[in-house]
Amino acid sequence: MRRRVAVTGIGIVAPGGIGVPAFWDLLTSGRTATRGITFFDPSGLRSQIAAECDFDPAAHGLDAEEIARSDRYLQFALVAGDEAIRDSGLDLAGENPWRVGVSLGTAVGGTTRLEHDYVLVSDRGQHWDVDHRKAEPHLHRAFTPSTLASAVAERFEARGPVQTVSTGCTSGLDAVGYAFHTIEEGRADVCIAGASDSPISPITMACFDAIKATSPSNDDPAHASRPFDARRNGFVMGEGGAVLVLEELEHARARDAHVYCEIGGYATFGNAYHMTGLTREGLEMARAIEDALGQARLDATAIDYVNAHGSGTQQNDRHETAAVKRALGAHAYDTPMSSIKSMVGHSLGAIGAIEVVACALALARQVVPPTANYETPDPECDLDYVPRVARERRLRSVLSVGSGFGGFQSAVIMTLPRERTE
Amino acid sequence: MSAPHPRRAAVTGIGVVAPNGNSTEAFWKATSEGVVVLDRITREGCEHLPLRVAGQIRDFDPPAAIEERYLVQTDRFTHFAMAAADLALEDAGLSRSDTDADPFSVGVVTAAGSGGGEFGQRELQQLWGKGSRFVGPYQSIAWFYAASTGQISIRRGLKGPCGVVASDEAGGLDALAHAARAVRRGTDVMVAGATEAPLAPYSMVCQLGYEELSTVAEPDRAYRPFTTAACGFVPAEGGAMVVVEAETSARERGVPVRATLAGHAATFTGASRWEQSREGLAQAIRVALDEAGCAPEEIDVVFADALGVPEADRAEALAIADALGPHGTRVPVTAPKTAVGRACGAAPLLDVAAAVLAMEHGVIPPTPNVFDICHDLDLVTARARATEMRTALVLSRGLMGSNAALVLRRGAADAS
Repeated sequence: MRRRVAVTGIGIVAPGGIGVPAFWDLLTSGRTATRGITFFDPSGLRSQIAAECDFDPAAHGLDAEEIARSDRYLQFALVAGDEAIRDSGLDLAGENPWRVGVSLGTAVGGTTRLEHDYVLVSDRGQHWDVDHRKAEPHLHRAFTPSTLASAVAERFEARGPVQTVSTGCTSGLDAVGYAFHTIEEGRADVCIAGASDSPISPITMACFDAIKATSPSNDDPAHASRPFDARRNGFVMGEGGAVLVLEELEHARARDAHVYCEIGGYATFGNAYHMTGLTREGLEMARAIEDALGQARLDATAIDYVNAHGSGTQQNDRHETAAVKRALGAHAYDTPMSSIKSMVGHSLGAIGAIEVVACALALARQVVPPTANYETPDPECDLDYVPRVARERRLRSVLSVGSGFGGFQSAVIMTLPRERTE
Repeated sequence: MSAPHPRRAAVTGIGVVAPNGNSTEAFWKATSEGVVVLDRITREGCEHLPLRVAGQIRDFDPPAAIEERYLVQTDRFTHFAMAAADLALEDAGLSRSDTDADPFSVGVVTAAGSGGGEFGQRELQQLWGKGSRFVGPYQSIAWFYAASTGQISIRRGLKGPCGVVASDEAGGLDALAHAARAVRRGTDVMVAGATEAPLAPYSMVCQLGYEELSTVAEPDRAYRPFTTAACGFVPAEGGAMVVVEAETSARERGVPVRATLAGHAATFTGASRWEQSREGLAQAIRVALDEAGCAPEEIDVVFADALGVPEADRAEALAIADALGPHGTRVPVTAPKTAVGRACGAAPLLDVAAAVLAMEHGVIPPTPNVFDICHDLDLVTARARATEMRTALVLSRGLMGSNAALVLRRGAADAS
């Protein structure tokens, strides 16, 4: 019999919302968490805005040593992990540790610390020959993205399959997808899944500046992220982390756990087209959606809500609209599709997991989050983008899609628990 | 023996770009002969660092292997990946027109441990030395860990499942396992593996914090696992890509199945907790054997992780004994990586390539620079050993706490 996979715990650190209650409150209010960058002086940059987290790691239970050795994205993951485990009610001490895995995504990993220490060892970019004596302790932990899954596995004493997933902007969806397959295939019973990134640093802002991917609306940061709106002009950088406890359904039922939803299907394909460019047709994303629907044994018409990648670049929103129409057919026009990036920005590898959390909460609460700032229709984006106001709706199955540099197109399907005869 | 899997994952092509050879043939010749290429680091900007020895790739000519438009937008680690993928696909007899026939049936997965460090350092220098306007348009796609998977997919027109796993060194084996699972789920072909280029000056500075790193200056003494002189490991660059293909697909195409990926497991026991890695590695071996339907006595050769840290070496020797029982002290064990060093997630890929080639040639490559073994292992040291092999076990551990084991069976499975 096929093993089913339940979401039993959620934790989140997002701009404007640390912890599930604050995050959900932000998403349903239509407020935005985008603002002028405060972490460093952004003058000289084309895009000087971001969705920053007002995050105090000590207030969320990390001790001085953990704070010192953990780059910001690791702190997000630890704090979100604590909340998720607490929320799940899982007694990890009572679990077989070899059957507990970790699957966490990050696009740029320890870049913030890498850049910080680079400035020290190179005398602010003056020398190719760098002075290793000026590096700070713990720099080696920023070198490899493996540190993310490792740090979380150590915290929760997971000893099963532990891996970091780093597929750029689809990392979060892919990490949840890998965790889903890990449990479905019987390699673990519990998997701590999610993603984290803290990319608001000069090098990451500058590299997206160089290709004009980010929004230059510096004079109106609160309304800068405008997915699907005709006047959209790029994404707004974000940061954050989200962690979910994924659990084999019978394992969850045996302990009477609260089940938010099931993960029903996951697929990813490459567009083999361009590292940053997207086709107009959206063939590959459509294929990922169809494959995920097949795993979930659902017809396209079963999808009640689409959580969009909706980054707010001209090409993304057009591409994605075409892909969803291709996969869902006429049903696409009857299906609300919104982008929470309008409120929390685009936190690169983390956002996919943050969006999975938004979907799990939407299913649990039967409310669709809106697309903030949506005002002016674009003829090429002609679906129902849930403008500005959250909407109550009967939700049984929802789809979250992601698209990233490298040409990766991913889709995850979540459903309310139901009895399936197989 | 468990029932045969309906879609068994086979290795049908191997492509190597390594410090001891920029082709699979050159790599195997040097590996089987035990040619040591560890040497003083000569990379510009590395002269004064307290890390003296590495496995460097010296005669790789990127423009000869890769088109200009891909070269300019990629780091050295992706140059290696694209070149190795070409070699692997060619070895598997898969041309562009073959893969174009159904691009969704061919995917790409790589393991990444270090990213585009040299490219990244150059752009960091532009940003901090000159200003943000001097950061080039390719930084966003060259530095990140997904660059190689994306570029291989684009350059070769491959639209199947694309993935990037990072479980430090052991991630190389996880990438192959990921490919095998994709094949079992229905993808015909996966181009899978890892290549790394962690020897740029700033990348080296980042690694100095690893207490397991060898700082010994003499190349022949810098990396000597399983001996009382073990003093850490030596970093390297390069790696390998392999073509992992459904056995049915290989049969239809009429290409030989070089080996099957019969079993894999990964565990975690904490960063640098080498004593605990004994239990984690033993568990990984047991689960991998179980998945392969393989008895311990069937293992004909073990490619060891061989970190070169006394506590870690002891844990590995004990893990092999724990998992394989009495056979653990009799089975030949080798660590050809002492000739080339460890290239992060690519290290176990070179071992997988060597293991497949070893089974094909009936020759176990040696562990150069290693003698006076202080553990109860039959380590193949000075010279290669000729022996018939059907099954190989490849082990890997990572500095961040991962352990992985992979069981490879020679040739087509139905021959056994």
